[in-house]
Amino acid sequence: MGLLRGLWAAFLGMLELLRGLWTTFRSMFETPVTYQYPEVKRPVRERFKGRHVLKRYDNGLERCIGCSLCAAACPADAIFVEAAENTDEERYSPGERYASTYEINLLRCIFCGYCEDACPTEAIVLEHQYELSFTNRRDAIYTKELLIVPVPEDGKPTPQNVPVGMFNRAIPEMKDPA
Amino acid sequence: MSEELVRLKIDDIDVRVPKGTKVVDAAKQAGIEIPVFCHHPKIESVGMCRMCLVEIGTPKRDRSTGENILDKSGQPQVEFWPKLETSCTTPVSEGMVVKVSSEKAIEGRKQILEFLLTSHPLDCPVCDKGGECSLQDLAMGHGSGESRFVLDDKKHLDKHVPLGDLIVLDRERCVQCARCIRFQEEVAGDPVLAFAERGRNMEIVTFSDPGFDSYFSGNTTDICPVGALTTVDFRFGARSWEMDATASICTHCPVGCNLMLNTRREASANGRQMIKRVMPRQNERVNEIWICDKGRFAHHFATSDERLTKPLVRIDGKLIETSWKKALERAAEGLKAAGEGVVGLASGRVSNEDLFSFHALLKSIGGRAILSDSQAGGALVQQVGVGQGTDIGGLGVRDAILVIASDLHEEAPIWWQRVMGATKRGTTLVVANARKTRLDDYAEHVVRYRYQEAALTGLGLLQAITGAKDLSKFSGDELLKSAAKALTEAENLVIFYGVEGLTYAESKSLSEACAAILVETKNIGRAQNGLIAVWPKSNTQGAWDMGLRPAEGDLENALADAKAAYIMAVDPVGDNPNLAEIFNGDRFLVVQELFMTPTAELADVVFPAQSFAEREGTFTSGERRVQRFYPAVKALGETKADWSIIASLAASLGIGLESSSAARVFLRITEEIEAYAEISYQSLAEFEEQWPPVGEEDLYYGGTTFKNRQGLGVQLAPAAEKDQSIKIQWSAPPEFKGKKGYLLVPVVELYDRGATVMPSENLHSRLASPVLRMSLKDAKSIGVMQGAQVELLLDGRTEELQAIAEEGVPEGVILLGRGLGVPIAEPEYVEVRLKA
Repeated sequence: MGLLRGLWAAFLGMLELLRGLWTTFRSMFETPVTYQYPEVKRPVRERFKGRHVLKRYDNGLERCIGCSLCAAACPADAIFVEAAENTDEERYSPGERYASTYEINLLRCIFCGYCEDACPTEAIVLEHQYELSFTNRRDAIYTKELLIVPVPEDGKPTPQNVPVGMFNRAIPEMKDPA
Repeated sequence: MSEELVRLKIDDIDVRVPKGTKVVDAAKQAGIEIPVFCHHPKIESVGMCRMCLVEIGTPKRDRSTGENILDKSGQPQVEFWPKLETSCTTPVSEGMVVKVSSEKAIEGRKQILEFLLTSHPLDCPVCDKGGECSLQDLAMGHGSGESRFVLDDKKHLDKHVPLGDLIVLDRERCVQCARCIRFQEEVAGDPVLAFAERGRNMEIVTFSDPGFDSYFSGNTTDICPVGALTTVDFRFGARSWEMDATASICTHCPVGCNLMLNTRREASANGRQMIKRVMPRQNERVNEIWICDKGRFAHHFATSDERLTKPLVRIDGKLIETSWKKALERAAEGLKAAGEGVVGLASGRVSNEDLFSFHALLKSIGGRAILSDSQAGGALVQQVGVGQGTDIGGLGVRDAILVIASDLHEEAPIWWQRVMGATKRGTTLVVANARKTRLDDYAEHVVRYRYQEAALTGLGLLQAITGAKDLSKFSGDELLKSAAKALTEAENLVIFYGVEGLTYAESKSLSEACAAILVETKNIGRAQNGLIAVWPKSNTQGAWDMGLRPAEGDLENALADAKAAYIMAVDPVGDNPNLAEIFNGDRFLVVQELFMTPTAELADVVFPAQSFAEREGTFTSGERRVQRFYPAVKALGETKADWSIIASLAASLGIGLESSSAARVFLRITEEIEAYAEISYQSLAEFEEQWPPVGEEDLYYGGTTFKNRQGLGVQLAPAAEKDQSIKIQWSAPPEFKGKKGYLLVPVVELYDRGATVMPSENLHSRLASPVLRMSLKDAKSIGVMQGAQVELLLDGRTEELQAIAEEGVPEGVILLGRGLGVPIAEPEYVEVRLKA
């Protein structure tokens, strides 16, 4: 009796082993999910919240008006904004005000996206860049130069010399809700 | 205001207020909120904005008897007025019933707000007022949340209209409340703003040249209920919620306005905490809720890059940066060698703690501590200064003010504003000066004397009051007699005396005359009475209280007699280049300063001091109110507070002075100086609720002036409060004979070119120019065309300056602003000739 039971158990054990090996065998014919990071990068979801960028309008003017509402909304106090005044000869953004200093401390940032929500001009957007590692703390502070997107093809770099009175609205014209 | 009380009902709450109160103020006193834009408790109401609409009812009256008609329960029947009324223009009346939160009233206000927002740009994100804006607050609290107007129809107007050099108007944010216009007219006395055009084209314009020419312009940005008026200095500097606020006291003049320093880190200053803006802090007895533009805008010196940051010592003829240890050793060595021949010179720019330690140090080494400010009478102010509880804002019909030898508008603008305000309430103002000043327009009696006769005029007034024979120089002067009569008849009398055109000896004589007048008319030892010196510096009175005394007009000799000099917060060489010779020799010189002044350049050791924004301490104002200021920003470089430097130096000399904290130094002051015995840092920080409420939840009512929660200070009691039997010895002024040439008189201009003003670049276009102002006749005889270059022979030097002829300048006199680059300490006879 004892022997029979022992053999049966050994058989079952073997079966389990084969089942496991079968999985291994089967996966040899599957397409691999592993990416050869960093040579190959896995695409992220559309609404993934990675590093921020500061957007521009098509003509190259900066969307950011230096209102500091992102800094106010930031729960981690990661954003520091200083504003200055635009002139038509030296225009960075539409309206009177632009960000003369814009810094995000990415060590502090928790990527919650509140800054995006607070932005009245959709200037700050959390995009898909997620490779954020630093070898010293200072490098973790992204300045405006690092955050702002390149000038679009048809646009001009800032500051621009623009016709008087052409871009004097800081916030895009509102549509009548009716 | 009459004290007769009127009873009314606001939203079922019984309210009793003095007759004449407006309904909106009565509601505020009862804690009921009626939103307003145009109404301001310090300005007459006009009912511009219609935001304060309420339902108002009054008791029905029987026309034949005039009696109230009663209802069945015996209560007076109330008849409501057919339309909503503006509560800011309606005075209360007996039995009035006001409905603030009835449906009709709420709906009415909601619609007014909808109208106000039809053309408002709603650019709150870029607006400097965002976060402390009445329109934002009230739109949240009372608005409907959506508009029935077509947004595409919004009218867009200019967003950057400079009203002068300091204030910028955003036309489309303006809600046309006219607070700024009315403030300038009623409170500031400079009616330079007005409305132009009508309806939707209505806009604020300035019609002065230069634009918005007023020393009080910055206050309009505090009371502007929207972001229409912004200052050039702060424009886009930070958002209101991002800044820290630290209580401080203004250091520019002896008024001692209460300030709040708004600070924030700044990238361009390498992340250093910087002063972003200076705001007034309410103290109804000192500056109410206003400050002048110098106090508001001339703050950049405190955090300037030009400041000294490290101790310097002279090695091989050059000043070299060194450590504190070495600098202190060197200074101690030099002072020790001089023994008792050390002269200390300090000005009233620094705090009581600094001056007390300075005096204590010099006393213990046997030296002499000299106060550089050349105006006499600090000891008299200690005796017959204004009594405890004095409030110039409370002077009224039966009271009088005498202003002599001072141009308050330039020297202490807030005093000027408050004196002017007093005249509007009926106070009799007597102005005595050698030339026309702006205060003359509000004076009942104007006494005009010749320069060098100021003290005689004071004595003449005294003579006219007492009838004493021995002062008879002016006895025949009817003007003087009528002025003296006004002063005698006044119930309360406050005397402001300045130092315009006076030497120290004259100033001494004048201060004695003024004190004697107060004693003779028995206007001493009581609130609302007494002597106020219009000092050249903010804490000169404190310096007198701490024991420093002027050199009695002989600074040059006092310094020449010294073996070594220790100079704190004053630049004698800059004021008088002839003194350079004294320090060029081997006389040991220690200078403690903010900036590299001409005196510091000659020093053997230079200590870098801290500005008022970096440290704490107390100042004593001209009205002898001791007030505390607090550290707002981190200290620059290796700078130290003045009292701390003095204590370290004392330690190097083997003298024990309080070195642990400003509070401990103040404790020593209270122990050693009798007048300060009953105050402490705690009592200086006490505050009480003040009217009107400002700066908090309801900033739509009083504006963004900060509420005072950091201390109102304590006014010291003059000696006369304890002992009325004070006798004043007066002395005759010196006589001037045989001098030839024109009398060059230094006058104070608010925006001078001193080290504390120049770092504020926004003020540069407003700075006074070093021009010689002379009478038309003198200009003719010298042959000066308007704006011609002339040569001025002054004290062996020749200065080349522009000259203009100006009406109101006395003949034989040339006026020149102080601190404009031409050093002149006292009136002097000079020669003037056309430049060849």
